[in-house]
Amino acid sequence: MANWVLKGLRTGVKSSAYPRRLDDAPGISPGRPTSTHLKSAIAADELVARCPTNAIARENNGITIDQGQCVHCFRCRRDIEEQASWQMGYEWATGASEANAALHKLGTMFGRSLHVRFVDAGACGACMSEARQINNPYYNMHRLGFFITPTPRSADILLVAGPVSDAMRLPLRKTYEAIPTPKRVVAIGACAASGGVFGPSFAAFGGAAEIIPVDVVVPGCPPPPLAILHGLLVAVQRKPPSAVVSATRGATTEPA
Amino acid sequence: MTMLEHTDEHVTRLGGLLVQFRKRWNAELAMTCDDAARLCRAECGSHQLSDICEWLIRDLDFAFATLVVEQRPHIGWLLIYFFYKDEKSPWVRVEVELGRSVSVVPSLVSLMHGPSFDWHEREVEDLFGLHFEGHPRLGEFILHEDWPEGINPMREDFDSRKRFEPRAPVPKWDPPTIVTASGAFAMPIGPVFADFAESALFLLESVGEDVIRTIPRFFYKYRGIEKIAEGQEVDRALLLAERFSGIGAFAHGLAFCQAAEAICGATPPPRALALRTAFAELERLRSHAAAITGICNSTALAVATSQAALIEESLLRLSCEVTGHRYLFGAIVPGGVACDLQATDCHHVVQVVTEIGRDLRNLLQMLRYSSSFLDRLEEVGIVTEDEARSYGLVGPIARASGVARDIRKLFPYAVYGSIDFSIPVEQEGDGYARLRVLFAEALQSTTIIGRVLSSLPEGAVRMDHVRFRAGAALAAVEAPLGAAFHWLRLDDDGKVIRYRVTPPSFTNWHGFHLAAEKFAFQDFPIILASFGLSNAECDR
Repeated sequence: MANWVLKGLRTGVKSSAYPRRLDDAPGISPGRPTSTHLKSAIAADELVARCPTNAIARENNGITIDQGQCVHCFRCRRDIEEQASWQMGYEWATGASEANAALHKLGTMFGRSLHVRFVDAGACGACMSEARQINNPYYNMHRLGFFITPTPRSADILLVAGPVSDAMRLPLRKTYEAIPTPKRVVAIGACAASGGVFGPSFAAFGGAAEIIPVDVVVPGCPPPPLAILHGLLVAVQRKPPSAVVSATRGATTEPA
Repeated sequence: MTMLEHTDEHVTRLGGLLVQFRKRWNAELAMTCDDAARLCRAECGSHQLSDICEWLIRDLDFAFATLVVEQRPHIGWLLIYFFYKDEKSPWVRVEVELGRSVSVVPSLVSLMHGPSFDWHEREVEDLFGLHFEGHPRLGEFILHEDWPEGINPMREDFDSRKRFEPRAPVPKWDPPTIVTASGAFAMPIGPVFADFAESALFLLESVGEDVIRTIPRFFYKYRGIEKIAEGQEVDRALLLAERFSGIGAFAHGLAFCQAAEAICGATPPPRALALRTAFAELERLRSHAAAITGICNSTALAVATSQAALIEESLLRLSCEVTGHRYLFGAIVPGGVACDLQATDCHHVVQVVTEIGRDLRNLLQMLRYSSSFLDRLEEVGIVTEDEARSYGLVGPIARASGVARDIRKLFPYAVYGSIDFSIPVEQEGDGYARLRVLFAEALQSTTIIGRVLSSLPEGAVRMDHVRFRAGAALAAVEAPLGAAFHWLRLDDDGKVIRYRVTPPSFTNWHGFHLAAEKFAFQDFPIILASFGLSNAECDR
């Protein structure tokens, strides 16, 4: 066992400086397209036509991006003369509806430490893998006071990934209901935000907000670990959200 | 061995197989052979199906790969059973045509190696509504109990974009239990887990310490990608192929593209094939590092978990630096790859991967001398070679049980045919054997990446234009978790008519109960980790 201790000590501190400082190590984020001004409306239309998930909309001679729909396919970036401009970074989390914020008002008691419960509602594995990475030595969410809890009864935050498959709608709802209020829901990934490439369809919903109220959305396919950390920090108001998106998907339609 | 000799040998072998077929079945079967595709095709009636499959498995030692079912408008049903064997043998494709009114097919589960057909038949019964006569447990499989009876989503008249009606949930799942001793209980684990784990439910039957029977339940994550893909353009369906299992995105995208290329007879340029090999190995390396992290974590060996997680994260960052995406999304396109590597990139990749090889060797060395770690893995979660063959297991799990099957050798794709590498095999079939296979394959991946990137051919990385046309093809790829079979049928406009994926996790989850039974409760998470499978991949 002693050699493991030595090995650990020799490895030294690997943790990211985020959120104290912005981390810009290469490869921590794939980046994402942003609103772009282009030379002509034709170039903009070309980008709109290329986007397979309707994330791009034309606005005059430029484009705007619905980040919740973007699945990082790079088709607005590769093999095209007039590309969408690309934004690196990872502070992507957005607050969802104002109504939800009022419903689950969090006091300062949430400022320090809180427990996270994770539900996989049909995620592809990449979001899961990125969520798992926030536990690894580089990102280490424990240093920020976030812990994974084995029971919903002691959880404060529900982390959801996936478009919510038909069979997961009930486990997701039950987990949400088992968490005592006040609570926050952080939906990670394009699937949980909008259904991604899967939903809505016969087998999956169009995101977590169709089943439970969502407070914070972290777009990305998958969102990199620091974006998920940013989402958790936004949920407890320790970081400002990147923008407020309107709550288009409201209450659930399913009978209880 | 040169490529030419290789081909000659195949031709004679193919002829030999044809002779054997003729000798055994006379003129009862319509047989054709395609030397270029290494494929033997036999058409038979449903009354001959059992006999032919039995003969292939018992006398010729073939293994079942996958079952593809197609519903053809106004004609009826087409069932295609694919068999494979070794690097010298071709694919054998047994086709059965049924009329529209037929809804009963003979089940093959009672044959030798019958378990390998089991889940395929259950899936078809659930999704198409074809009944397999003689199958002992059909019913609720992919579609859970609150799915309306009699609605089969893969049938042609089912609209995939139609949302299901809101309906009251029926949370009752009550599978028959077999343990009746006093004090017997069934402990459910899942579908929501305590940690970052994928949704699935395991019902463990026990009378105390030992797990006597495991009843797993999957398809909580069924997103119906095979149905959604129907009617889509190849480019759009590629997104589904990549994203149904994010951790095997490149391998599945590659299989999908290979199927599309086989249909339209496209051959990507040499540089693209070499880069595909490098990316596929990069993904394998990362996936195996993640599996090793999981195994260390399940035994609560904190420092080793951190060390393996550091390796995994370095590989994620490396993938992002050279392809733009941490999970290689968007790197593959029909007719090539989407991103080229500059000489400096290649140098950087080789350098990082070599360092990671060294770290992996150090980690393995330390793990081998940690007795508390080995105690948890050795002789735990055993899958014997007979069981592995009977269930048709694939990938590192099968290779840890002495089944040396690897698609990269059996049906070389990309540039695997010209690379010299061996298949690591272990015999014990326990958790430690699986760990050793993972390490050996990860180290081998580092070598393959180094070799491919140091002699990258010059030229374009993708074809200018790939013109899709009508046709169907099966593509096989060795994904990180094992053999993946993608069947694709396109129409004249290049739209998907039928897409069927048999991912390695689907095959291997079926054999999971073999390993989990007979062992104590506390071994369960370790056996689970040593399988390292993906539910997203299995559920589709």
